[in-house]
Amino acid sequence: MENRQEILLTGAGGQGLILASIVLAEAAVNDNKNVVQTQSYGPEARGGASMAGVIIDIDTIEYPKVTRPNVLLCMNQASFNKYLPRVEPSCTIIVDSSFVSGSYSEEYKVQAFPITRTAKEKIGREVVANMLALGVINAATGLINKHIFRESVFRMAPKGSGELNQQAFDMGYQLYEEGQGQGIGISAQTPQ
Amino acid sequence: MPETKPVLMQGNEACAVGAISAGVRFYAGYPITPSTEVAEQMAARLPDIGGVFIQMEDEIASMAAVIGASIGGMRTLTATSGPGFSLKQENLGYAIMAEIPCVVVNVQRMGPSTGVPTAPAQGDVMQARWGTHGDHPIIVFSPASVYETYYLTIAAVNLSQKLRQPVILLLDEVIGHMREKVEIPEAGKLIVEKSSDKVPSDWKPYDEKGLTPLVPFGFGHYYHVTGLFHDQYGFPTGDPPQVERALDRLHNKLEKYRDEIVLTNYIGHKEPRVAIVTYGCVVRSARAVVKKAYWQNRLPVGLLSLQTIWPFPDREIEALAKQVDVILVPEMNRGQLVGEVERYARGEAKVIPVNRYDGEMISPDQISEALGRWLS
Repeated sequence: MENRQEILLTGAGGQGLILASIVLAEAAVNDNKNVVQTQSYGPEARGGASMAGVIIDIDTIEYPKVTRPNVLLCMNQASFNKYLPRVEPSCTIIVDSSFVSGSYSEEYKVQAFPITRTAKEKIGREVVANMLALGVINAATGLINKHIFRESVFRMAPKGSGELNQQAFDMGYQLYEEGQGQGIGISAQTPQ
Repeated sequence: MPETKPVLMQGNEACAVGAISAGVRFYAGYPITPSTEVAEQMAARLPDIGGVFIQMEDEIASMAAVIGASIGGMRTLTATSGPGFSLKQENLGYAIMAEIPCVVVNVQRMGPSTGVPTAPAQGDVMQARWGTHGDHPIIVFSPASVYETYYLTIAAVNLSQKLRQPVILLLDEVIGHMREKVEIPEAGKLIVEKSSDKVPSDWKPYDEKGLTPLVPFGFGHYYHVTGLFHDQYGFPTGDPPQVERALDRLHNKLEKYRDEIVLTNYIGHKEPRVAIVTYGCVVRSARAVVKKAYWQNRLPVGLLSLQTIWPFPDREIEALAKQVDVILVPEMNRGQLVGEVERYARGEAKVIPVNRYDGEMISPDQISEALGRWLS
């Protein structure tokens, strides 16, 4: 694994991606890594598209913007269409199949999970989809020590919702492990 | 040194935390993107520690409130961005003239006018220098990381008090909004440079013999505060020798403490052929370039980053220009500080601007490309 890991979280405003990026960055600090977090503040951040970037490295991080993502999360169709062509085939791509469908070039390794649907149906709260997504990402990549990450999710959650958010994070791990068994992907789930 | 602990912190937040550590207990401002988090943090933190936070009706009033609180003996700070910085200029000049300490934070965004509120730029470099009228001195710091924002805010507050001189902290949207890991002392510990100067019994507010500490109103000394040229007691004067002395006084105090004010940092080759000179968030891109070019490929390149941009680091540029063939000056504007670099390079080195002004951060690739052209 390269030292420098760039993670791009994309989707719609209101899906909690910026908070997710801050939780991820906080977890990286607690895991003794260097980290920089940035986010798009453009007019698109108000209601439309939302994007947040996190860079994790052992070395000091100079240029703070994500240019070559190692991990891409797409939580809606628009972000999938927009960011997929911008990443390299080696990038780990995770999409929320609750919102994303359609075909894509075969050179990409896309892994699809019903992130928001699982949050709604299994936990009963759609708002924790962001923490569930973090669980999936960490299960897929092992970026951060799992125990430290769980602690950070608890600490960064709004008062009284720490356990709920941890539950979502754990559900992400579970979803990833189950999905692996079924060879889950967009093309397997949705008609082209 | 107080104990430190690694935390994730935003640039604007580091500014607020630094201000509080430096003893700032008064904030007056009017929120504006991308500086709003400074106000937000001050509003959240100041009431708990006996400080005062006021959201004023506009930036003009904010600056006036800060000056008033400062004469009252409080350490003060206000934060704004481009359009608000324009509004603060008149009262900023008053503070310079009346020698009232205060720190003004300008988190630069794309201008002119309302411009692109959320896009980064470095268009206010000359405004920070000459925004208020008259032949005045100014101190301007330009941090390149969350940690630098923290310590330069502390330096700004302490220097401002010591020299009775407004200090500007010129941030940009990238540094203000990004979060990164920093190790700083836990909040609540004061990092305040104590003034060793005792107030003499024959204290005068603008003593001809030199700098005297500011005695706040209500502490036993009566004096006059005005934006007019004044004598050593603060009363207006139009007497040419006194006017000249008063203006010299404003400039001399900065010259006397120049070594404490002018902060720069050089990394790279010992005998560089091409050097990069830059400030603010562009330092991040430039460091990425120098890391690769020098540490990996051993090319004769170096980077002089300027934490202080005004007073301009003239001697540092003069010395650098004698060493190198080419100085690259990347900036996120159409070329502002490059003029100063050229002036002090005095023809000893070729000075080349590298500019970007589309509202995006300058990339290492853009600097690399320019570097490659001048190395070959």
